[in-house]
Amino acid sequence: MSLGLEQVHQIATLARLELTDEQTERYSGQLSAILELVDELRAADTTGVEAMNHPLGMTQRLRPDTATEPNRRDAFQEVAPAVDNGLYLVPKVI
Amino acid sequence: MHELSIREMSEALRDRRISSRELTQHFLDRIAHFDARLNSFITVTPERALQQADAADARLAQGADTAPPLLGIPLAEKDIFCTEGVRTSCGSKMLDNFIAPYSATAVRKLHDEAGAVLLGKCNMDEFAMGSSNETSFYGPVKNPWDETRVPGGSSGGSAAAVAASLAPAATATDTGGSIRQPAALTGLTGIKPTYGRVSRYGMIAFASSLDQGGVLAHSAEDAAYVLQAMAGFDPRDSTSVDRPVEDYTATLNAPLKGLRIGLPGEYFTDGLDAKVRVAIDAATEVFRQLGAEVRPVSLPHAALAVPTYYVVAPAEASSNLSRYDGVRYGHRTEGATSLEELYRKSRAEGFGAEVQRRIMVGTYVLSHGYYDAYYRQAQKVRRLIAQDFDAAFQQVDMLLGPTTTDIAFKLGEKTADPVSMYLNDVYTIAANLAGIPAMNLPCGFKTVGDAELPIGLQLMGSAFTEARLLNAAHQYQQATGWHQRRPVNFE
Amino acid sequence: MDTSVQDSGWEAVIGLEVHCQLNTESKIFSAAATHFGDEPNTHACAVDLGLPGVLPVFNHDALTKAAMFGLAIDATIAERSMFDRKHYFYADLPKGYQITQWTYPIVARGHLDIEVDGITKRIGVTRAHMEEDAGKSLHDAYPHMTGIDLNRAGTPLIEIVSEPEIRSAAEAVAYLKKLHQIVVYLGICDGNMAEGNFRCDANVSVRRRGATEFGTRTESKNINSFRYVERAIEYEISRQIEVLEAGGKIIQETRQFDPGTGETRSLRVKEDANDYRYFPDPDLLPVILEKDTLAAIRAAMPELPEAKAARFQSQYGLSAYDATTLTAERALADYYEAVVKASGADPKLCANWVMTDLLGALNKAGAEVDLARSPIGSAALAGLIKRIADNTISGKIAKDVFEAMWNDEAKGDDAADAIIKAKGLVQITDTGAIEAAIDKVIADNPSQLADYRGGKDRLFGFFVGQVMKATRGKANPALVNNLLKAKLAG
Repeated sequence: MSLGLEQVHQIATLARLELTDEQTERYSGQLSAILELVDELRAADTTGVEAMNHPLGMTQRLRPDTATEPNRRDAFQEVAPAVDNGLYLVPKVI
Repeated sequence: MHELSIREMSEALRDRRISSRELTQHFLDRIAHFDARLNSFITVTPERALQQADAADARLAQGADTAPPLLGIPLAEKDIFCTEGVRTSCGSKMLDNFIAPYSATAVRKLHDEAGAVLLGKCNMDEFAMGSSNETSFYGPVKNPWDETRVPGGSSGGSAAAVAASLAPAATATDTGGSIRQPAALTGLTGIKPTYGRVSRYGMIAFASSLDQGGVLAHSAEDAAYVLQAMAGFDPRDSTSVDRPVEDYTATLNAPLKGLRIGLPGEYFTDGLDAKVRVAIDAATEVFRQLGAEVRPVSLPHAALAVPTYYVVAPAEASSNLSRYDGVRYGHRTEGATSLEELYRKSRAEGFGAEVQRRIMVGTYVLSHGYYDAYYRQAQKVRRLIAQDFDAAFQQVDMLLGPTTTDIAFKLGEKTADPVSMYLNDVYTIAANLAGIPAMNLPCGFKTVGDAELPIGLQLMGSAFTEARLLNAAHQYQQATGWHQRRPVNFE
Repeated sequence: MDTSVQDSGWEAVIGLEVHCQLNTESKIFSAAATHFGDEPNTHACAVDLGLPGVLPVFNHDALTKAAMFGLAIDATIAERSMFDRKHYFYADLPKGYQITQWTYPIVARGHLDIEVDGITKRIGVTRAHMEEDAGKSLHDAYPHMTGIDLNRAGTPLIEIVSEPEIRSAAEAVAYLKKLHQIVVYLGICDGNMAEGNFRCDANVSVRRRGATEFGTRTESKNINSFRYVERAIEYEISRQIEVLEAGGKIIQETRQFDPGTGETRSLRVKEDANDYRYFPDPDLLPVILEKDTLAAIRAAMPELPEAKAARFQSQYGLSAYDATTLTAERALADYYEAVVKASGADPKLCANWVMTDLLGALNKAGAEVDLARSPIGSAALAGLIKRIADNTISGKIAKDVFEAMWNDEAKGDDAADAIIKAKGLVQITDTGAIEAAIDKVIADNPSQLADYRGGKDRLFGFFVGQVMKATRGKANPALVNNLLKAKLAG
């Protein structure tokens, strides 16, 4: 499977990565090579095999419904790029 | 002082022959003296380290009887573990300005509970994506055995720091070999425990179903002490296993008589360097002499491990790294006028090329129309790989093979070709896919020009057999001296 | 549906997606509180913010409450359900993905019965799955910026998806009201629509009557009142018919209802590029609900409205109408039963007071006062009814006492007694005192007496009125009647 420039552009859009034309071109070759590597998988016979989402056959543990987290807004917002009055700020969303 | 084992340091601290402050200062001095050459630390935390050392000394002065073994022992952390109040960059420009507002469970256990001293945060491949430590935003790390060569990755900084004795031991993480491969290339003992044994809470996620924290140290005994303090159930991690941690140091000296070791035929093929093979064969003989029974086994789907991994890991990574959007923390582009522009530019500027490649591969294999052919198929093959191990462990107690195909490669040698870099992980990936514990131990050296470069062997066990693996490794290390060799230029 | 649509030869096809916030104390995957209306980002913990390295752990009560909903709509509850990640970038979605259930939801194939114009119709519920709510974007707080508050991020939701079996705005509202009644009854959702506890997306398409294929649909998002849902759907049906009749095409798109204009307007066209890339969340494991656990949840379920109404008829002898009215809301039903229990009085008398006087007063008071904030609590109303039952006051006087209680002239469970005492309203049941009053009235009105005795029976009412006036309304009316009749007869 090889990826053309248009496909690389689409993937980058989906992944929210702004690429230059030069990068798009370079990634097109590299991603195609990576997909070639993984394409071997498609030939494997997996009839009747259940997908393994997880290495251990465990099930979800349940947390008791109690609110124990303190308010740490100031500490968390110290690393934020833009805040005002406790709100995170982003360019206006219309 | 830096050549002592962790047990010896701990005894010296208890007997008040040295103080934690002296020990800590000694390692801080070594970092100050040598690390400009290696670039193994991203952040050194001398003030915090000395404070913690003083606190440890105060506790030791009150009585050493109840002191945990790591009290006052300096350690380095891979910069993937969130450490409250300390920059936690994950090797990325994206988190260059990120002072973690909370600590990972593993960090809390090691430093807050066990009383170990934090020397600093080690360099690593960006978001743990890499096998040479060359994808780090903070520049490549050099291999202390030959500074023109890579230390391996992604835990290259942790490996170089320990190999050069800038820290007695370091934490690391392993998603596809990121503990074992650098251990092999720098002559260290490194253990990746069973998935779920060490909490992933606060360990910045690369591929959630594969990531596991562990240790890089000089010996199995040192690794046992550190892993003992790191491991255990954590209610903050749904994938953490609620099961008591074995006493890893208690069984180190158990005899190996009757231990059944399997040699997977698929790990001894043409791709393996002849000198590496000789070293592995010699190590196998040592185990035999120690009483182990060695027999061949087969892992029929071994060849599919690399392609499976390079679907599953990028898929999970593309999802895990969606949170880096420049809104709540991390790098944010200047002057974006729309939210979309903010995302696209912040992420393009914040992530390096390898991370971008993996995000794109992952995005692609999860996207509509490709999910079944790639992602679901990979998760099915993953089960076949895991079943191979189940079948093998019906016949033997552990598997022995090479960790890498060859010794450390040159800096820059593989950066232009991502696929050749990916093939570094050919022997290590399967253990992550199956979730089983695996470790590297040094088993010889290969001479290249003037340099002696370490060779590693890999032991893999069934789930939760860390104690048995450490026991086997320790017995091997009692019988050989490879783990005691140190690079010459860091005296 | 309005008649113009029925006449038009078109038929509407409506499917509803309801986001219902579960009223847990903590969030679905973190131990932060779920309070509404507090300072921004004060209930957004490390997990809710999606800080690097954090992990989700699933809330026990979210599971229990979701399962309870499934049982209430007679659905299949999955013994094994799973969480998936749904990816999209938005400022109030901290991780770049929402944790939801895509392939294996907790609830599937349920139904509920609605009644419109006396006709009962069964609407299928395709599925209901658990997921986390997003935060809030505040667009009006700054001229060039949007503010993000993540307090709501991680609040547990169930998304309830109906089959496209709804055919009119009226049916849609009936379905929503029924759903709302169920979740509030179950106590799994606070049901406050203004606060966003219960929000609706309406998928609407139209087709020629008799057609079997669906038309292209639009989705109107996040409508938060029954009235708005009705107006949005009505508008959308007419708009689509107009477009089609003019030879146009419906574009598959997301629309937003504007309560100001009563219209929906296009928000964004559903692009093909919107690829959610669902995959099983590797941080969470399969959720197992054992049969025993499910049985225990079923056993602990509160009584649902239909069962409660049937019980009210048999246990309290109420009419079907009264029983339905009193069980429309769980709070009202609970209030009524508390009054019956505390007063020990005739349940029908209690029903009359709750339905006529209490609900009347609440309606008159308007939106600011609801049952929870009623100035007369169930114990206080029971105290009043007790005094009617034991003849301390008449029903008529009781109305005055009720009004005084409503106006807070006395507080507490004994408010009725306090007012009766303070105003001296105790009923006169002493025949001697009443006879004395009657004698005086007769003596003072000789001409009326003569007329009455002369055959003008209607004057009886005049005498009753005079006697009541003389006793300031406190004389027992039954006694007055009997004694007056005897005296007037001479």
